[in-house]
Amino acid sequence: MKKYSLLSLARNALSYHENWQQAWRSPDPKPAYDAVIIGGGGHGLASAYYLAKEHGMRNIAVLEKGWIGGGNTGRNTTIVRSNYLWDESANLYEKSMQLWEGLSQELNYNVMFSQRGVYNLGHNLQDLRDIHRRVNANHLNGIDGEFVTAEEIARRIPFINTSPDSRYPILGASFQPRGGTARHDAVAWGFARGADALGVDIIQNCEVTGIRRDGGKVVGLDTARGYIETPKVGVVVAGNSTTIADMAGFRMPVESHPLQAFVSEPIKPILDTVVMSNAVHGYISQSDKGDLVIGAGIDAYNGYGQRGGFQTIEHTMAAIMELFPIFSRVRMNRQWGGIVDTCPDACPIIGTTPVKGLYFNCGWGTGGFKATPGSGWVFAHTVANDQPHDLNAAFSLERFITGALIDEHGAAGVAH
Amino acid sequence: MRRLADGGLIDRNQPVEFTFDGKTVTGYKGDTIASALLANDIKLIGRSWKYHRPRGIIGDGAEEPNALFQVEEGAYTTPNVRGTQAEIYPGMVVNSTNAWPSVKFDLLSVFGLFARFLPAGFYYKTFMWPQKFWMFYEHMIRKASGLGESPRENDPEHYEKTNAHCDVLVVGAGATGLMAALAAGRAGARVILADEQGAFGGRLLSEAGIVDGQPAASWVEQMVSELQNMPEVRLLKRSTVFGYHDQNYLTIAERINDHQSIAERQGPREKVWRVRAKQVVLATGAHERPILFGHNDRPGVMLASAVSTYINRYGIKPANRAVLYTNNNAAYQAALDLDAAGVAVTIVDCRSDADSALVNSVKQRKIQILFNHVVAEAKGAPVSAAVVKQLVKPGVLAAGEKIINCDLIASSGGWNPAIHLLAQSGGKVRWDDAQHCFVPDLIVQQQRSAGAANGSFTLAACLADGLQAGAAAATAAGHTAVDLTVPATDQTESFVISELWRSPNGPKPWRGAKQFIDPQNDVSVADIFLAAREGFHSVEHVKRYTAMGFGTDQGKVGNIAGMAVLAEALGQPIASVGTTTFRPNYTPVTFGAIAGPEIGGTLFDPVRKTAMHGWHEEHGALFENVGQWHRPWYYPQGDESMDEAVNRECLATRNSVGMMDASTLGKIEIVGPDAAEFLNRIYTNAWTKLGIDCARYGFMLGEDGMVMDDGVTIRLDENRFFMHTTTGGAAPVLNWMERWLQTEWPELEVYMTSVTDHWATTAVVGPNSRKVVSAVVEGIDFDKDAFPFMTSRKGTIEGVPVRVNRISFSGELAYEVNVSAHSGRMVWERLYAAGEPYNITPYGTESMHVLRAEKGFVIVGQDTDGSVTPVDLGMNWIMSKTKDYLGRRSLERVDCTREGRKQLVGLLSSDPQVVLPEGGQIVNQASDQIPLPMHGHVTSSYYSACVGRSIAMALVKDGFQRQGETIYVATADGAMLPAEITKPVFYDPEGERQHG
Amino acid sequence: MFLIPCPYCGERDESEFSCAGEAHIDRPLDPDALTDEQWGDYLFHRKNPKGWHQEQWHHTAGCRRYFNMLRHTVSYEIKAVYKIGEPAPEIEQ
Repeated sequence: MKKYSLLSLARNALSYHENWQQAWRSPDPKPAYDAVIIGGGGHGLASAYYLAKEHGMRNIAVLEKGWIGGGNTGRNTTIVRSNYLWDESANLYEKSMQLWEGLSQELNYNVMFSQRGVYNLGHNLQDLRDIHRRVNANHLNGIDGEFVTAEEIARRIPFINTSPDSRYPILGASFQPRGGTARHDAVAWGFARGADALGVDIIQNCEVTGIRRDGGKVVGLDTARGYIETPKVGVVVAGNSTTIADMAGFRMPVESHPLQAFVSEPIKPILDTVVMSNAVHGYISQSDKGDLVIGAGIDAYNGYGQRGGFQTIEHTMAAIMELFPIFSRVRMNRQWGGIVDTCPDACPIIGTTPVKGLYFNCGWGTGGFKATPGSGWVFAHTVANDQPHDLNAAFSLERFITGALIDEHGAAGVAH
Repeated sequence: MRRLADGGLIDRNQPVEFTFDGKTVTGYKGDTIASALLANDIKLIGRSWKYHRPRGIIGDGAEEPNALFQVEEGAYTTPNVRGTQAEIYPGMVVNSTNAWPSVKFDLLSVFGLFARFLPAGFYYKTFMWPQKFWMFYEHMIRKASGLGESPRENDPEHYEKTNAHCDVLVVGAGATGLMAALAAGRAGARVILADEQGAFGGRLLSEAGIVDGQPAASWVEQMVSELQNMPEVRLLKRSTVFGYHDQNYLTIAERINDHQSIAERQGPREKVWRVRAKQVVLATGAHERPILFGHNDRPGVMLASAVSTYINRYGIKPANRAVLYTNNNAAYQAALDLDAAGVAVTIVDCRSDADSALVNSVKQRKIQILFNHVVAEAKGAPVSAAVVKQLVKPGVLAAGEKIINCDLIASSGGWNPAIHLLAQSGGKVRWDDAQHCFVPDLIVQQQRSAGAANGSFTLAACLADGLQAGAAAATAAGHTAVDLTVPATDQTESFVISELWRSPNGPKPWRGAKQFIDPQNDVSVADIFLAAREGFHSVEHVKRYTAMGFGTDQGKVGNIAGMAVLAEALGQPIASVGTTTFRPNYTPVTFGAIAGPEIGGTLFDPVRKTAMHGWHEEHGALFENVGQWHRPWYYPQGDESMDEAVNRECLATRNSVGMMDASTLGKIEIVGPDAAEFLNRIYTNAWTKLGIDCARYGFMLGEDGMVMDDGVTIRLDENRFFMHTTTGGAAPVLNWMERWLQTEWPELEVYMTSVTDHWATTAVVGPNSRKVVSAVVEGIDFDKDAFPFMTSRKGTIEGVPVRVNRISFSGELAYEVNVSAHSGRMVWERLYAAGEPYNITPYGTESMHVLRAEKGFVIVGQDTDGSVTPVDLGMNWIMSKTKDYLGRRSLERVDCTREGRKQLVGLLSSDPQVVLPEGGQIVNQASDQIPLPMHGHVTSSYYSACVGRSIAMALVKDGFQRQGETIYVATADGAMLPAEITKPVFYDPEGERQHG
Repeated sequence: MFLIPCPYCGERDESEFSCAGEAHIDRPLDPDALTDEQWGDYLFHRKNPKGWHQEQWHHTAGCRRYFNMLRHTVSYEIKAVYKIGEPAPEIEQ
């Protein structure tokens, strides 16, 4: 892999950028691999990268039914934070945060991880209790964060509406300074380039149509580009998880829902941090290009249509207008939808399955992007060792039998 | 001035003065910002996003990528207003965007000098060292990007929404749309005709043709007046259909006020129409696309159709000397228009020859035509000349060049049907090899495309198509179409095009002068080739890597050409490259219009107030949001702090009597012969044997065994129960119970009604409460044995029936007096008056919380979260062992019976004056070690004036077995507060007072 | 925004309704007879078809009745609504 640098940029400029190599190859699938990752989103590509890098598995492939990064990786609002309530979540997301902090250098690809901080607003007294509880827990788990009063919020975030006369006044917030945003496409591309350089075959337009098993064990995959033999299959196909589970003959506590988001036209910098509110239900940040990036909750029904109802957009917009009434003359440029996996406890499933050699990484709900590197890291460990890492042991399918749920939304109401 | 002596649809009797970048500019009513600037020979109107290159007006409508302005200042300021659509008004303040200090001298245009070092995606390859510097680099990148400025004050204008139903929604009021609306309207259909422009007519306003024996513009007027006279036809101008959702649900943004001076504006600024249409006719027209050539982003390069618009509609002579660059015969009309406006024009046509009526009339005018030629490059900024080269064969240029001096290069590379709404609706398109554009193919909703939107590019075809589509839509909506004839027109030229996307510039097209695809985002042909070279082959990847089409114009000018260039780079046909996804919005829509009337005020969500709310306000209560309710929080007297007020309220209640508005608690009547059995299944405890007029506390669980809600339920009659829920639980609990009843136990005869709002409830609490209540309520024997704890009685107050429940959430002797809501305040006031001899003290939610915590009563949602079972709360006594109930089976799962579950306990801080922080985490040892294992958290914590010290409740791992142990409460500020684990009852542990 | 034909009220906007998930899940008559695994399946596992889906809806801001709907999860087409207790219409995937 030829390194990217300011120097390489200058050198290539002089040769009219004719000599850049492909960021990743487009190989034909081999007849057999030591492991195959289904799903070329950020999580799948990260899984392949860490399988190759940390576990020395180089004869592996990523199969993507469309184009890499085209699912939720390229459709989310790119918020990164690790200040989750429960130990299990906090440790997992914090692992991810630590990987984010060196990711551009690790991948030699600028993923524009921008630690401009994340505020989670509270609008009633119970919100504040929950925020204190979470900030305290984060502190004891070694995760940065603080409680911020309404007065301090007004001082730090220009133009936010902290008026006590608003319908649900802002009473306080948690703030994680290390949180922020990243450039979503670059994450997929950076991991793809990194994985490719380690020998991973990234095969696009290659839909998996069947999982062949022998004696309860995976032996290979039927794909749009032929049969591929492999003893290990990692499934990372947010939105389509149960479709693959159905192929393998077991049920999952996962449902697919539309999640919508939208951006404004580009405007000059005005919002320098990430603001999230669960109570009025909306979140907002401003991209480097100048767009206000806005998201909210899922549509209530199951849907694979990558679109949802206009009323959901209206509610989100009303919430954003509560927080930032000054934006009312700014215009919404584009709106889109993704398909998210929802789990009963708003926490992912990362681990083994009833089929030997078949591993699942799914159920991230609306919050998967922030976990991308960490998710790939623990999933690579799980696939390589046929058992979960300590960090993802709690995120097993068994928890839905034993009842050991990790109830993030039941607990603190901040599942995103 | 570039205004022609006559002609155009502007009102020359109404000059309009406005300012552009501080200078006064004069246009006429009917002008857009763009046309007025062009009329004043202002060509340089902005700077591009990345290189800050000078930019001019390209188009005449929604497709315009460059002419974006900051309109107005202060609270009215609006960023990124598209000047080709915004109408001018007197006093309008218009400023250019993205240039500093000015468009003519922009310091950031220095980026243009380094353009070579800033190819597509350059930022992914650099700014990585040192790691810590990214935030600095990013700060500079952010400063340089973005276009206009957000307002910094709250919006002085407001917005509305409305719903509408119609038989036929016609989108676009050009020739096609007008005919469609007429045909549907004549058939008797209820029609909405929406058009984004300030005037109906679409491209007819830009054309000099004849329709039905009269000039196109007057035919439009006649049509509009005919449509206006049809009562079932609604005409919406300045109304953009921006979204097409499932089941023919479309959204329209109507801009009501923006074309008027601020002083003249009345009513809402914009209105969003949410339309449910039986049938939709998409008459959205087509967008012309350019042919790409070197420096084609310079001011003075325009679309050919826009040139015709500025001449015919706005009466402008757009240039002195023009070059018209085309690959099709339709663009020859622009040459005729230029010629008629007195502009010398040379046609550069990439084709070897052309022969049609239109071409022949150009030839007759002796206009120079250079067949087999291309415009290789523009010179000057603004344009001063075109470099023209001869085409030897496709893709190959002859040596040598002609320099044609000109101040306008107009180009036409063909037309793209506006398929945006079709695509949004789920329809599919196919590539039309003859016309070189995507046209509608698969339709999935009740809809048809017509006219140019359907690939019919001649006026005669559009008129016929519109008529047919309107009649068909009306028929499909259940009406009977009437016979109408298609009006005659002289515009019958059929569309002939030969494929050319960009001027050839050698085997290495990235080396020559930049050919811009997306001028707003500075995406050039070289960028597409670079993306392809680096392995970005999916059109979606290319779009994302280069930012092509991400601008405010959403690539209406450039995207198809970009796809063609990608196809060229990959050596594939365009059809296999495909389109990117068309997403709403068709054009950008104001946030405020989507949010509706509820901006930043109290309309965001309804406020619920109890019948006694006014009294609370008059008595100085501060309020707390609890769900949608405003509940009194506490009633400070003088300059009391909250702590002082709460101490006073609690002491007064425990020592004499207090009163509280309990109206917000959810109340559900459950009626029917199977009501008791129903409750048996819903609640953890048993209900069959509860006596009439008796009350019982109940717990309901989710089917996962976790605590969901609690409250007291009273048996009013054999078959009638009155359930209380938590304030927030009222609606969810009713839905929950209805679901089980209707879907799982339909054999039970039970009926449920929410009566939360029907009853006002005053809780009178404290040792003197009996005296107070009995002084006011008639018809009840208040003797302690005649009316014992957990029973209910009916009585009256001044003849008004009341129901008095002797239940208690404080552990005190207490009565809750329920009355029809409209007598709520009367009853409250009577009770207050009767309590005055006992210093009756109103208290709010905060004191309520303290009083209940003194007794260890939980608040669901505060002392529980979604992971707490009744066993964890030590409430085994409330769980029946002899019947099934929702959630019971889940409690037997491994995780619910294991050791180490968090259990509800009391905490007493070592220093009785220290109130432990709610949300503080429980640790076993005081330590500054991180991470430090956590064993639970403080759920409720208060200073209790009655107990004379602080008290707290907590969920602690194995807490039941840890009574007497000392733990520490840790917070993010490093505090470690020692506390002893106790039982969660701090006052009257035997519970005698409530039986008093 | 769907236009939902409530079997009791007729066509109304989706905003009046709540989706209550997969239809035709029977609560086990004898929960104690179930293993934890079977109980967990009843509690949490749901069909999530890419195609026709039988789901339960509630006319929350209307008649408050629950009913079932046959809806396509990709095209979102509503093929049928039917009352609780009525048989589900045939599905051709």
